[in-house]
Amino acid sequence: MRLSGQQLRCVRGGREVFSGLDFAASAGEALAIVGPNGSGKTSLLRVIAGLLVPADGTIALDGGDAELSVPEQAHYLGHRDALKPALSVAENLSFWREFLGGEPEDSAKCLSAVALDHATHLPAAFLSAGQRRRLSIARLLTVRRPVWLLDEPTSALDTAGQALFVGLMQGHLARGGIIVAATHLPLGIEARELRMGGAA
Amino acid sequence: MTALAALIRRDIRIALRVGGGALIGVLFFLTVTVLMPFAVGPDLALLSRLGPAILWLGALLASLLTLDRLFTADHEDGSLDLIVMSRTPLELACAAKALAHWLAAGLPLIIATPVLGLLLNLDGTATLAVAVTLLTGTPALTFTGMIGAALAVTMHRGGLLLAVLVLPLSIPVLIFGVAASQAAIVGPMSFGTPFSILCALSLVSFVIGPFAAAASLRHGLD
Repeated sequence: MRLSGQQLRCVRGGREVFSGLDFAASAGEALAIVGPNGSGKTSLLRVIAGLLVPADGTIALDGGDAELSVPEQAHYLGHRDALKPALSVAENLSFWREFLGGEPEDSAKCLSAVALDHATHLPAAFLSAGQRRRLSIARLLTVRRPVWLLDEPTSALDTAGQALFVGLMQGHLARGGIIVAATHLPLGIEARELRMGGAA
Repeated sequence: MTALAALIRRDIRIALRVGGGALIGVLFFLTVTVLMPFAVGPDLALLSRLGPAILWLGALLASLLTLDRLFTADHEDGSLDLIVMSRTPLELACAAKALAHWLAAGLPLIIATPVLGLLLNLDGTATLAVAVTLLTGTPALTFTGMIGAALAVTMHRGGLLLAVLVLPLSIPVLIFGVAASQAAIVGPMSFGTPFSILCALSLVSFVIGPFAAAASLRHGLD
């Protein structure tokens, strides 16, 4: 399996964010997008996720499910946690498991993988920023998708949480998954760097 | 189908919990209807003549009141991104969200109608007529209002814009809803004619609403 983009060009608000960008990541490989603020790291992730339409260029996932588009085979972990404060931890997670579809994993196992199994029935409104992040990470585990698109995944996580997440990413890569992560901090896993140009 | 059922269940659950919008609509409906006799005065004949129109206006405004949160809440917390990315067609997801909104916020209005009808001196037939027309008309309000809600997603303070966009679209529903209830109560027109048009308006909104909302969401994301 190989995720690749050719000659990508992204324009936002009349300003060109990046152009002529190529990238590729094969199964079991992680790609770290680095660069200063405003260099288009998040925009690139959102282009891959199909949430922004590129002005030019193509994205392909070779060896994926031909029936499905790239976004449909990807998990997107953005700045925002996609959690509903009124629902409990377990309800939030089981909603995404049912809604996203695909091969489901056991909810309890996913929650214990991010060390949230003690808070299952707590409304998400009472979670700390780090716990919210852990719950969003559990979403990546609850349904299996080959591509993980991560935007600053380790922000708000404590040291133990970061170590835990490194383990989860390694597990995903070992199963032949692909990770594309925009990050300022070292990911903690072996990753190829994709450097975005300076702030234009 | 599991995905859509999960979405409907989640939205209803959120609406019914503390801070959800389900009760707000009913309370607003109740307030408008209770205040009306005080404003109009104790003329019972006048009240019962105005009754269907008052109930319809109250229901229209009450269903608009909570509609602006239909997509905004999901947009703010990032859920909308995942809904757009998912394997469920966005049109169906929009329809599911509108259905959930109607079940949580529209249906309680219809259940409250018989009680409020008493306050406006409406007899059994009149209350039944208003309730039946609301039952067929309010889904149209939700499904056309959804288009405005989707357009307002990327704007701050989109609530007012929603009202401006959606109110003109809901005028036909209001006209034929009130006309059908009046026809059932006083005649001389037959109930069937305006009621059929009301049903047609609902059916058209079921088809146009989800597609227009999905197109606007896809275009507006950034």
